[in-house]
Amino acid sequence: MLKDSPSTPPCIHFFEVVMMITKRIVLHFPHRVADQPIVYKLARDYDLEFNILKAYITPEEGGLLVLELRGENKNYNQGIQYLAGVGIETQPLSQDVIRNETRCSHCGVCVPLCPAGAFVVEPSTREVHFHDTKCIACGLCVKFCPIRAMEVSF
Amino acid sequence: MAKTIKEINEKIKKGEAVVVTAEEIIDIVEKKGAKRAAQQVDVVTTGTFGPMCSSGAYINIGHATPRIKLGGEQAYLNDVPLYTGFAAVDALIGATALPDDDPRNKTFPGEFKYGGGHVIEDLVAGKDLELVATAYGTDCYPRKKLETWVNIKDLNEAVLFNPRNAYQNYNVAVNLSDKVIYTYMGMLKPKLGNANYCSAGQLSPLLNDPCYKTIGIGTKIFLGGGVGYVVWQGTQFNPSVPRKENRTPSAPAGCLGVLGDLKRMSPEWLLGTSMLGYGTTLTVGIGIPIPVLNEEICQCTAVKDDDIWTQIVDYSEDYPQGKKGSLGEVDYAQLKTGKIVIEGKEVPTGSLSSYPKAVEIANTLKKWIKKGDFLLTEPVAYLPGPNTGYTFKPLEERPIEN
Ligand code: SF4
Ligand code: SF4
Repeated sequence: MLKDSPSTPPCIHFFEVVMMITKRIVLHFPHRVADQPIVYKLARDYDLEFNILKAYITPEEGGLLVLELRGENKNYNQGIQYLAGVGIETQPLSQDVIRNETRCSHCGVCVPLCPAGAFVVEPSTREVHFHDTKCIACGLCVKFCPIRAMEVSF
Repeated sequence: MAKTIKEINEKIKKGEAVVVTAEEIIDIVEKKGAKRAAQQVDVVTTGTFGPMCSSGAYINIGHATPRIKLGGEQAYLNDVPLYTGFAAVDALIGATALPDDDPRNKTFPGEFKYGGGHVIEDLVAGKDLELVATAYGTDCYPRKKLETWVNIKDLNEAVLFNPRNAYQNYNVAVNLSDKVIYTYMGMLKPKLGNANYCSAGQLSPLLNDPCYKTIGIGTKIFLGGGVGYVVWQGTQFNPSVPRKENRTPSAPAGCLGVLGDLKRMSPEWLLGTSMLGYGTTLTVGIGIPIPVLNEEICQCTAVKDDDIWTQIVDYSEDYPQGKKGSLGEVDYAQLKTGKIVIEGKEVPTGSLSSYPKAVEIANTLKKWIKKGDFLLTEPVAYLPGPNTGYTFKPLEERPIEN
């Protein structure tokens, strides 16, 4: 059978089945699932190792979680499906959020809202510095920055 | 010895006027005292740059051939509806106007990506905009449909006309409820998750002239990067709120109606703005020069963030339900430390008004005056002062019986 499907060489096919993968993803939690043991389930039911890189969850608001997940490809995909099923949006941590420097007015309304603390006010000038190394690309500021100075770049 | 605006203007013309910003005057008065500072300094410049919803622009698009009467009919610029209840080809763009098909808050919180504020920004940036209008047709204005590109340079008039700008002080907004709320003061996290304020504090125009001794109708100002004038008190002008010993109000008080030639303004100082879950607005840059006519005026311009107080207001229940009350008072120096304490809880602060941009405006105005490009004007009438009893009231509803 494998001979008839040259596009799927046996070694690759085999490799896919047991491939271990490591991925970094951002989970957006709606309010109602914020108190469920999501990460515990990912580990127990889907045999995924996890590493919590950033967490920002309150029972009132929902929140977001940046996870590094490691496990079998198949289990990983099922784990992501499980998350979607309970209403959690996932997004790979590959996109970048950048600031349009000419548009930013340095108002500072983003400072207490960014879950990663990526915006810091310089006390003497009151300019707002954006530390993109701290940014976890959650995308919140892209929507709440009033003059829309924050942009997603893929 | 007191000075007059005429004398100051003579000095400006000769390039001899001493002009400082409302930030710089603080140290000068601290070192020399208000009396000496008043002798040495002629003008103090102020600035503010924040979202101001009561903003708009009126335009005259010129007559098409054959003629069309937009007056009383429908017209859109980039899909944003204009107010057309004027003569045939005059129209008004309001900062909060939204395209008919904007989803608003149907998917909550609405993003409000483009509205009247953005139209004004695009217009002043010199972009071509799509004008679409329909009309019923009359004997003198037979045309029923118009679809054309328009550009600010081809409009007969384009005038920024903002009925309420440059608030003298504003509330600090917080959220006591247990869910996130989206307001015109920004996104407010539950249970006192953040506190948003919106004032340039010690640089803000009306906080430097708290009793409106120099800023009045006819005062020439920096408006949106160009020149404008104060044309009236702002709507909701309320000089009668409680004041501190330095005469600054400790709640929203005065505000200004301003007007100026949009064609000479710049998109850097008029930014289309989208408040998540609330709507669109316009971020406006305003700077007002204060002539230092005497010691008292000089002392007022030396006001510091530590001496300006404001009220903390709950926007989850008290504000929407029109309940009076404050969760406490803070000064702007505390707000600017990045955290304040409310009901025993430390709350991080965020500002909607940009202080660095306010500094830039005050410095730009200072440069214009020093170069002799900008002379001061004598107000033709004064705004109602704190002791006039002038105030603003809520709507008393009188149900309409059918
Ligand atoms: S909210 Fe937007 S404009 Fe204001 S400082 Fe942050 S990034 Fe800049
Ligand atoms: S996307 Fe914006 S809000 Fe999210 S972490 Fe990065 S800077 Fe902060």
